[in-house]
Amino acid sequence: MRKVWDIHGGVHPPESKTQSNHCAIASIELAEELVLPLSQHIGAPSTAVVTVGDRVLKGQLIAEAQGLISAPIHASTSGTVTAIEQRPIAHPSGMTADCIVLKPDGLEEWIEIDACNDYKALEKTEILAKIRGAGISGMGGAGFPAAVKLNPRPNQKITTLILNGTECEPYITADDMLMREHANEIIAGALLLAHLLDNPSEILVGIEDNKPEAIATMQAAAENTAVEIVVFPTKYPSGGEKQLIEIVTGKQVPSGALPASIGIVVQNVGSAFAAWRAVRFGEPLISRVTTVVGESLALQRNIEVPLGTPIQHILQQHGWQQENAARLIIGGPMMGYTVESPLVPVVKTTNCILAPSRQEVPEQPPAQPCIRCGMCAEACPASLLPQQLFWFAQSENYEKLREHDLFDCIECGACSYVCPSNIPLVQYYRASKSEIRIIDADKQKSDRARVRFEARKARIEQAEAEKEAKRVARKIAAEQAKRLADEKKALAGPQGTATTTSSELADKASTAAKPTDVDPATELAKLERALSSAQSRQERATASLTDMQREDPDNTARIESLQARLKQAQLKVNEAEQKLGSFKAAQNSVVATETIIKQKLTSSPLEQLQKSVDTIGKRLTTARQKLAEAEAAGTPTVEALRQGVAKLQQKLDTSERELVEAKAATSTASEVATEVNSDHNKTLSAADIAIEKAKAKAAAQANMSDTEKRAAQLTSLQSRLTKARERLAKAEAENNENIDAFRIGVEKLEVKLAEAKEDVKEKA
Amino acid sequence: MIELFTEQPIISALIALGGLAAVFGAVLGFAAIKFKVEGDPLVEQIDELLPQTQCGQCGYPGCRPYAQAIVDGDPINKCPPGGHTTIAALANLLDVEAPALDEEHGEESEVKKVAYIREDECIGCTKCIQACPVDAILGAAKQMHTVIVSECTGCDLCVEPCPVDCIDMLPIETGIAGWKWDMPAPAHIIASDKIPHSADASTTKQEDAA
Repeated sequence: MRKVWDIHGGVHPPESKTQSNHCAIASIELAEELVLPLSQHIGAPSTAVVTVGDRVLKGQLIAEAQGLISAPIHASTSGTVTAIEQRPIAHPSGMTADCIVLKPDGLEEWIEIDACNDYKALEKTEILAKIRGAGISGMGGAGFPAAVKLNPRPNQKITTLILNGTECEPYITADDMLMREHANEIIAGALLLAHLLDNPSEILVGIEDNKPEAIATMQAAAENTAVEIVVFPTKYPSGGEKQLIEIVTGKQVPSGALPASIGIVVQNVGSAFAAWRAVRFGEPLISRVTTVVGESLALQRNIEVPLGTPIQHILQQHGWQQENAARLIIGGPMMGYTVESPLVPVVKTTNCILAPSRQEVPEQPPAQPCIRCGMCAEACPASLLPQQLFWFAQSENYEKLREHDLFDCIECGACSYVCPSNIPLVQYYRASKSEIRIIDADKQKSDRARVRFEARKARIEQAEAEKEAKRVARKIAAEQAKRLADEKKALAGPQGTATTTSSELADKASTAAKPTDVDPATELAKLERALSSAQSRQERATASLTDMQREDPDNTARIESLQARLKQAQLKVNEAEQKLGSFKAAQNSVVATETIIKQKLTSSPLEQLQKSVDTIGKRLTTARQKLAEAEAAGTPTVEALRQGVAKLQQKLDTSERELVEAKAATSTASEVATEVNSDHNKTLSAADIAIEKAKAKAAAQANMSDTEKRAAQLTSLQSRLTKARERLAKAEAENNENIDAFRIGVEKLEVKLAEAKEDVKEKA
Repeated sequence: MIELFTEQPIISALIALGGLAAVFGAVLGFAAIKFKVEGDPLVEQIDELLPQTQCGQCGYPGCRPYAQAIVDGDPINKCPPGGHTTIAALANLLDVEAPALDEEHGEESEVKKVAYIREDECIGCTKCIQACPVDAILGAAKQMHTVIVSECTGCDLCVEPCPVDCIDMLPIETGIAGWKWDMPAPAHIIASDKIPHSADASTTKQEDAA
């Protein structure tokens, strides 16, 4: 015999179970209309998948689950969907909710269902899908979808499975009768659930000792299985999930936690039975066993009733004397709630319909002040302080209510039952709980609103800051552009400076041209070296500039710097040449005057050379003439004259060679100079970039092959044509007066394009 | 030294007390600098209690500015959306008497409302989007706008800017999910406390008995 523990508190109200458990589970006539609420479980309501007028078969899915914590709904019988509308449902509020209304055709025509002889051959996920698909939710009263509980988190190892057959609430005998009549199936269901939970080490069925028949049949069925029947003394509310766990295992579930956190799963025996039917026979949950009891009824018993059957129909089948009935209670007298309308339907959680007479449930006497007797605290199975909770509930002190663990209250009603002042304590707790839930929801919403408000504020501020930053950036850019333009204007003067430098140079040259006391031969060699190095520098500068222009025509800054370099090199070359020329001139004409030098300097080095060649030539001819005369006269100076002519000839030869060299050098230099000058002028204008681009394009075209050129031409023509067409369309839309001009332009372009195309074809 | 103290008890007492005062003063001064709290935590606490509708009915541009104003001495009864619950909570926090709501700023509405846009009338002007303090309106220029009901705080700031007047403030439908249990009605033990007709009934009974 297993040790059982006791729970704190609890009460012993009259059991009143014998009037309904004397006969077997019966069935009643089908109602004329079945009303199936879309929300029969805890969690999100399901969504209808049938429309009005559809014919449905028994067991057909009519509403599917929405989200994880939800359950599908099936047709309880075959028939026609006559409406999907708001109907009163079994809820303490007496409110209406969306329901599918089904008119049975009486044929009880089943939809095709697939039975399964050996569930162990199936994957666990498949079994779970079957249980979920059958719409099984807790049958004990709360209606938590069963499949969710049977799929614990991977880190939660379930060590104990408990089936709840306690049924501690007075009057209700539905589970009792189910255990008596379907013990084998419940045990099979227990084993099935255990299989799903990786075979917990303990499989227990907890039953109160006031159900000896059920205990006997269950024990017989559980023989030679892993299932153990645990019998414990009757006390209300042993059937509460946490209470049952404490009774059969001695463990307490922490406040606010689920039983799975301590490795325990609890299912109602009815849920186990339904799960077994769903997996073994493929039957969805479409009916349940309900206790129909109360002194206003002629017949009190348990019935298996299709879900959706209106309570009025059931009561009429049991000889309901409405005039004698105090009220209608769904559930038991302790935890049940009164419903206003007898039209509400039986749902998955309806375990009892209590229709008591006035004598059976007398009016609650008026509440009197709390006398702080403490009986409620002794009765509370959750070890709370009901009198304190009552106090805080009255003063709406929700903070204190929370601190006193109001949410651990299971609303069993034991405190109200024992209260000598007849205070409806549970009603206070329920009201406070819903008030706190609303406050929490409001708080959550206001927090979200605050987050959104602050995010919006931040976004607007950021946008403002960005705008401001952009404005400042634009201002700076404008200033920079202005400065750049000024700089360019300043740069525009290099020609002027060049002239000044050349005049300076002329002065310098003139001074240099004056006879110096340096050795003429070394001076000449030095000057020649300087000239050649200046020339090579100039060449390099030209080369890099042309490279730059070809490769990166847009990089104006770099090109400008290169151009400046070239200019410098050029100036150097000029300088060197001038120096050399002047030096030579100084050497050559001893009598050269400053004016001549200046004249020479103003002329180009080429001209200078040419001139020197000319003068040498002239001198040579005169010398030859003199020599011929002297020879003819036979003067003694002939020898000297001949030497002079030879020397002059030599000079002329070197001069001529120099002239040829200088010509070659100056021709490239002048070309470059003109190019550079023109380039420089262009950078000053705004059109510069466009021209540069055009140049680059031209250069690129020069590099392109013939076919590429034509292809490029073709594409540009096409783009022009499309643009022209757009313009035409716009003009047409606006009824522009230039429409004809546009049209002609388009036609011309079309002709051109066609020509170009033909050209391409021919060439190809 | 000790003799001096024993002979001059008043001076020694003064020295001792003065020394202690100096030491504790130094400790307190150090703590005041070292553990200085940035910002005003009271503003945060008040802002937590305000309903965050950001409606501006209090005269401040949002709940936080009003929280700041309360700290600066503004009355706590200027928040109609919060109503008496918020006033009570604020009074509790600030330890003052809870005043009645200042009707000047609006009345506390019994039912919560949210904005709805009659979508076929919307011209897509985006004026309401700009007005919404919590970004609960979705839409774009020349496109239909709609209110994200779950995010709407019911501040009705969007109603006024609408040029075609297509925004309605409609009460939120609570449904079964929003239903709550009522507090039990207070009991009437004494016959004269009872509501009139039942009081009549009891008097007749008494008369009958008599």
